[in-house]
Amino acid sequence: MTTRQTRYLVVGSSHAALEAVSAIRMHDAAGSLTVVTRDRHPPYSPTVLPYVVSGRSTPGQVLLRDADFFAAHRIDYQPGLSLAEVRPDEQIVRLVRLDGAAGGKWRYDKLLLATGASPVVPPIAGIGQVKYHVLRTLDDAIGLNRAIAGARRAVVLGAGLVGMHAAENLAKAGANVTIVEMADQLCAGYFDRTAASLIEKAFTDHGATIRTGRRVVGLAPNGDGAILTLDNGDSLEADLLLVATGVRPDLGYLANSGILADQGILVDDSMRTNAADVWAAGDCAQARSFYSDAKVMNAILPDAAEQGRIAGMAMAGDPGLRRYPGGVPLNTYHFFGRHAISVGSSRQPADARVETRFDEKTGRYLRACFLDGRLVCIHGVNEFFDGGVMAQLILRRVNLDSVRERFVARPMAVGRELMSQLWR
Amino acid sequence: MGRAYNTIAFDAARCDGCGECMRACARAKVGDDDISRSRIQIAAGPAGFELALCRQCGDPRCVAVCPAGALAKDGQSGVIGWDAGKCVDCLLCTLGCVYAGIALDEATGRVAKCDTCEGAPACVPACPHGALKHHTTARIYNEVGDWEDLFAPGLAGCQGCNTELLMRHTLRRVGPDTVLATPPGCVPGMGSVGYNGMAGTKVPVFHPLLTNTAAMLAGVKRQFNRAGRKVTALAIAGDGGASDAGFQSLSGAAERGEQILFMVVDNEGYMNTGMQRSSATPYGAWTSTTPVGRESKGKTQDAKNLPLLMVNHRCAYVATASTAYMEDLYDKLDRAIVAAETGFAYLHVYSPCTTGWRFPTDQNMEVARKAVETNFVMLWEYTPEQGLRLSRPVDDPLPVAEYLKVMGRFRHLSPEQVQHIQAKVEENRAFVQQISQQSQAPREPSRFAGRGGDYGKGDAPRS
Repeated sequence: MTTRQTRYLVVGSSHAALEAVSAIRMHDAAGSLTVVTRDRHPPYSPTVLPYVVSGRSTPGQVLLRDADFFAAHRIDYQPGLSLAEVRPDEQIVRLVRLDGAAGGKWRYDKLLLATGASPVVPPIAGIGQVKYHVLRTLDDAIGLNRAIAGARRAVVLGAGLVGMHAAENLAKAGANVTIVEMADQLCAGYFDRTAASLIEKAFTDHGATIRTGRRVVGLAPNGDGAILTLDNGDSLEADLLLVATGVRPDLGYLANSGILADQGILVDDSMRTNAADVWAAGDCAQARSFYSDAKVMNAILPDAAEQGRIAGMAMAGDPGLRRYPGGVPLNTYHFFGRHAISVGSSRQPADARVETRFDEKTGRYLRACFLDGRLVCIHGVNEFFDGGVMAQLILRRVNLDSVRERFVARPMAVGRELMSQLWR
Repeated sequence: MGRAYNTIAFDAARCDGCGECMRACARAKVGDDDISRSRIQIAAGPAGFELALCRQCGDPRCVAVCPAGALAKDGQSGVIGWDAGKCVDCLLCTLGCVYAGIALDEATGRVAKCDTCEGAPACVPACPHGALKHHTTARIYNEVGDWEDLFAPGLAGCQGCNTELLMRHTLRRVGPDTVLATPPGCVPGMGSVGYNGMAGTKVPVFHPLLTNTAAMLAGVKRQFNRAGRKVTALAIAGDGGASDAGFQSLSGAAERGEQILFMVVDNEGYMNTGMQRSSATPYGAWTSTTPVGRESKGKTQDAKNLPLLMVNHRCAYVATASTAYMEDLYDKLDRAIVAAETGFAYLHVYSPCTTGWRFPTDQNMEVARKAVETNFVMLWEYTPEQGLRLSRPVDDPLPVAEYLKVMGRFRHLSPEQVQHIQAKVEENRAFVQQISQQSQAPREPSRFAGRGGDYGKGDAPRS
């Protein structure tokens, strides 16, 4: 098979890849641009999949780009191909088809690795003998959507946002749901204990059972379902088991490439890897944290989009490129008609000043942390504020000493006021 | 080529926080007066009033972070549309927007954002203070950009001069069936008559004397009429060429009702030849012939008001315009073209001169705008049938000193001189208002100014 040529090769098809493609086309309308992805569908977001599971959305409705878009922007979109090997010294990648057949080679001028991440399946004894679901791809979501209808006793491993979303859908579908989480609170990366308990209460009010601080130590088949054994000896029966214990990038293709990776592909502030003409962005990349010089995994949608845009601009040589400011966790979470917003990490240094308020009647909860007068994180449950504005206050390191009390009392209004003065 | 879009602009200095815009929005969007549900949010802060409103960004982050494909920018209108059917209420868009332009409507649990009410935002007319404006100038860029530019590229104007803009827009609008007269002044100086035997325009252009422009153009137009050809006879002259040496032929052509469109680019002096004073130079202004020294403090006479003189000729159409108000200018150009088919049309455009007036080259539009905002320049139009009408009345004019201080030619003025100019502004305003109050006839809508005007892409002007 001959080696095909492209100026820009983007591997992946979700937010980081799509933003990179837009950024490249913004600066270079003509350079040949190829997108390969191991997914067989047009581009979609993993973030929307819980809503496909619930039936709130449909597979046909969630697609982010269509064939007309690729034609209009002269992009060669090649689904169903995954990356097998990268050879930066020759500027060549080798691809394989989903069935394992050879998928040909591409020679690139500029390469973006935006290959995302895959579910982590914990090494529990017996996991190979039972049927379980994961939720990362559209096909996973379609499968889980079908399984939910018949589920009576469901167990979800992992109380991250994906697991919680799925558990809510299962509860609403009438199943008896148990969530098992290793950490001693749910949504530990995003929310503090008080917020987590508010979320927990919403679940228990709807009949779900939450088992935090528990590990599954054994799994055995039980008809079409499974029996789980917990570390305290309890056992749970499940006719539907969802493993939602986090994601991790598949980086097998990096073998012998010389491209450095830790938990993810290590990138600098323009998303460049250590190899010439190779960039990485999104859930497969490990970039600088905003809060320290350490490189961290920040597998969230807004950061994937930001990193993709930066990588695309760097690849196209756009002079408007600005350095990556560092990753700030940004999450929103909608549960049982309520909402929670989390801007900045829930884990903060010991000397941070923490302000909280909670109104039991309305269920409104707010927690804001300040370090040297600057906002470092703000979380709210049922308390709406403009997350994008809050993120700017963090990124711009705005000193809030003079308005702190008002800010904590009315974060939305005071945030907008500061916005008007600082970046209107 | 990209498109320009209309936009809602907020002037915090004019806002008093009355909330009418929010009530109008809530009524239009949710059917009641609950301002918390308005898509436009005005709040009082210690530094004045603050606005939270979707800016319909060119490169919208809310769209980039939407996992459901529920937000998209419409390429035609520029509006970022929200698809209620696709939205999964995840609120991620509120993390993407740094302007609080898309936010939770707690009554529905869904996000809400401004959709500009399909191009006619309810908030703008509801504002009693003019703090909200809907700028629709984008139409000029989108429509005129497709018309042929009839000037050569690379005109040799001073940096920051707005006359090139005026020339290109005017000729684009008037179209290829035009004969152009450009008497001595900045317009030929920057290249309308060409270089090295090549014309600077794609239409026939000639270079009459300062004194005979209107007479020569009248003869050319009459010859075309005799030959049965429909041609616009257009003059683009300076204020010197029109109000001083060229006045007798201008006055004669206007009196005879020659079928001419006579545009004056008024930069208030002979700027092309070294910034000498003209009869249009205002009182107190420095020019090279009204110097500033121990005794002399600039020009000692007031400017001649040439457009009002043209009103007294009862021309078919007379108007004043400014490049800071392009929609208004286009509106008037439209009417002048029609009027010139049967009679004399006179269009007087105030044109700040960065070199002769001494202001930074990036300030031309600001200077032009200040002239209007202080009533130093008044924008109006006149026809014998409908009388005089102010097209952009200024309800709350700034003191004229605000205009005078933005340029060097007035820097030496004593308080008495400023007072003199302010008094002259008041007198002129009273005079113009008096004429306009005597003429209350309704005005027909212009073809260009209306929504969905009939100058589409395929509809070349004046063909």
